[in-house]
Amino acid sequence: MKTYILPSIKITIILLVIVSGLYPLAIAGIGKLAPGHGDGVTVEYKGRVVGFANVGQKFTKDQYFWSRPSAVDYNAAGSGGSNKGPTNPDYLHKDVQGRIDTFLKHNPTVKKEQIPAELVTASGSGLDPDLSPAGAKVQAARVAKARGLSEEQVLALVDSHTEKPLLGLFGPEKVNVLKLNIALDEIKK
Amino acid sequence: MNTEFIGVIFIYMATIILAIPLGKYIAKVFKGEKTWFDFIGPLERFIFRFSGIDPKREMNWKQHLKALLTINCLWLFYAFFCLLFQNHLPLNPDGNPNQTPDLAFNTAVSFVTNTNLQDYSGETGATYYTQLFVFAFLHFVSAATGFAAMMVVFKGMKEKTTDKLGNFWDFFVKSITRLFLPLSIILAIILAFNGTPTSYKGKATFISLQGDTVHVSRGPAAAMIAIKQLGTNGGGWYGANSAHPLENPNYLTNILENISIILIPIAIVFALGYYLNKKKLAWVIFGVMTVGYLIMVIPSIIAETGGNPAIAHLGVNQPAGSMEGKEVRFGPAASALWGVSTTVTSNGSVNAMHDSMMPVSGIAQLFDMMINAFYGGVGVGYLNFYIFIIIAVFISGLMVGRTPEFFGRKIEAREMKIASLIALLHPFLILVFTAVASYLLAHYPNINWAEKPSAWLNNPSFHGFSEMLYQFTSCSANNGSGYEGLADNSIFWNAAGGIVMFIARFMPIIGPVAIAGILANKKYIPESAGTLKTDTTTFGVMIFAVIIIVAALSFFPALTLGPIAEHFSLK
Repeated sequence: MKTYILPSIKITIILLVIVSGLYPLAIAGIGKLAPGHGDGVTVEYKGRVVGFANVGQKFTKDQYFWSRPSAVDYNAAGSGGSNKGPTNPDYLHKDVQGRIDTFLKHNPTVKKEQIPAELVTASGSGLDPDLSPAGAKVQAARVAKARGLSEEQVLALVDSHTEKPLLGLFGPEKVNVLKLNIALDEIKK
Repeated sequence: MNTEFIGVIFIYMATIILAIPLGKYIAKVFKGEKTWFDFIGPLERFIFRFSGIDPKREMNWKQHLKALLTINCLWLFYAFFCLLFQNHLPLNPDGNPNQTPDLAFNTAVSFVTNTNLQDYSGETGATYYTQLFVFAFLHFVSAATGFAAMMVVFKGMKEKTTDKLGNFWDFFVKSITRLFLPLSIILAIILAFNGTPTSYKGKATFISLQGDTVHVSRGPAAAMIAIKQLGTNGGGWYGANSAHPLENPNYLTNILENISIILIPIAIVFALGYYLNKKKLAWVIFGVMTVGYLIMVIPSIIAETGGNPAIAHLGVNQPAGSMEGKEVRFGPAASALWGVSTTVTSNGSVNAMHDSMMPVSGIAQLFDMMINAFYGGVGVGYLNFYIFIIIAVFISGLMVGRTPEFFGRKIEAREMKIASLIALLHPFLILVFTAVASYLLAHYPNINWAEKPSAWLNNPSFHGFSEMLYQFTSCSANNGSGYEGLADNSIFWNAAGGIVMFIARFMPIIGPVAIAGILANKKYIPESAGTLKTDTTTFGVMIFAVIIIVAALSFFPALTLGPIAEHFSLK
């Protein structure tokens, strides 16, 4: 064993310098050139940072599109999912049913079978920044009413904020909730 | 066809297309042939000179294992003490606290063994120092450890009657400088340009559009995330791992991160073919692994995109599929593909919460880890597969009434004893520890512990049992994913998990290396008409049968109590 201890210590030191010291520093240097300069990409509204483009935030007011339910209440310093199993009776009859009831109360024109499941289930990170187009559109009537806009106007806004799949081929369509809500606030002016 | 399905097919096809040339490259590097990456040579020579190592000195299998175990023990102590005192070390802008001794033990073992089970959460349980100088460091070196052990087995298969099996440090260092580091740099840069943080700044604070104050955890994450995907490590920067929108910002990064999970494990199979000049054997092994992979991945995708019948019962619409624990930007299909990719390879990173997936996916993920050799972890996946090959050769030999031979060496009692012990160790660890946990929960739910067994589970009934079974399966497979509802940051789970991870890492490295070393030393018998051909479809079917029989017989009862029962209780 003894013949291996000294080389082990030395090689550990030199590799720490290379892979834990120099490599992340180099990536940080290159990251300076990236959008957000490696600090995360922020979104501004009226000259003030109102969020990170990729990090979902809580919207509960009727005049905003709501984000998905979050097991960590959109705490971006402690991400996580609900970890509720698919057959858990408490989860199904309290959590999900409760969200359905709340949604129907705030969106009286919507029928239960129109609600996409993503609006009543918690995301994996608790910070999901997106909705599917259907998940946004089903809220359009409520948002329009709360803001005194026409439903067509709000639906058009959802369409213009819908991001197509990657190269039009891969993955789902989505709408960034923060950017959509900022666009709503901009109409009001 | 919808874009979610096209997405997952693309991910898999792209992986294969990249893995074949990468395999050829790996074989060239370790045969000592010229590659376009030779400019890194001076750096390697500097590392060896600094460490006082002669990379040309040949080692036998025992010397390999001594070097491997010595340095791994050293890392274990280093990691444990860093975590225990992380609050006093530099690079802690968020002021996160020290880990408790039981958590530090579990975390140190977890990262040294390439498991990366995380009983802490990255945002609050680690500092930038421990993230980079413990976790990212161990991501590199634990992957390189597995890779070096695998190279010893490759070398033993290649050489005729020798005890000279190359140099451990040579395999170890070259796998970092010529494989893991270059690929990590590429992936980290792409992540950085898609929004993953790279700077050393602490948390950001802002006031949201609606008026809430929000703190966002950041840090030099991209560099660490790249190697955690490539080295089949899986221990992420953030608590939510690659479900987190900063760790895996969009579908492009999801494609690349998913490819990175299975790229090197698949490339290794092709590397074997090029290295031994037995391309047909590589294709047979690849075929067996791929059949196993697809048998798991297809039902899982169908189950997740089909949605949860219990949610359908509540009357809402599931256009995409089951969405609990999943992210809109990936969708259920890509989450199911990732779930199987990460469990077949001992990676363990997640882009959706496995605890909330459908029972069919649970069966697939558990079975992947129970077999742990369909592609498998970097290096160690092939070592596990090697054990199954040895058993298959032996059984085939008995069936035709000949002395079993593999690559011109007789397989005899000593090798078979080692192979059988290693094959039985995995079910033994999983089943015995799950049984102990279940017993404690059933008979001592309110025992006087800080974390009472009655508070362990996040879900009742069959799914609750699955949470415990999954935890030990993940530990024993050195996977690291979890049913995260389990209250695993408690003394029982930290200690038991740490013990299982440690045994399950080093025994299955020692066993195959020993077998390869013993076989390499035996008299070489040239191939004749009576030799069992190992590069045929028939033998492929034989290996597959051995794997399924060993795994199914061992694990079917436990799976029945967990996800299978849950599946049939879904209405």
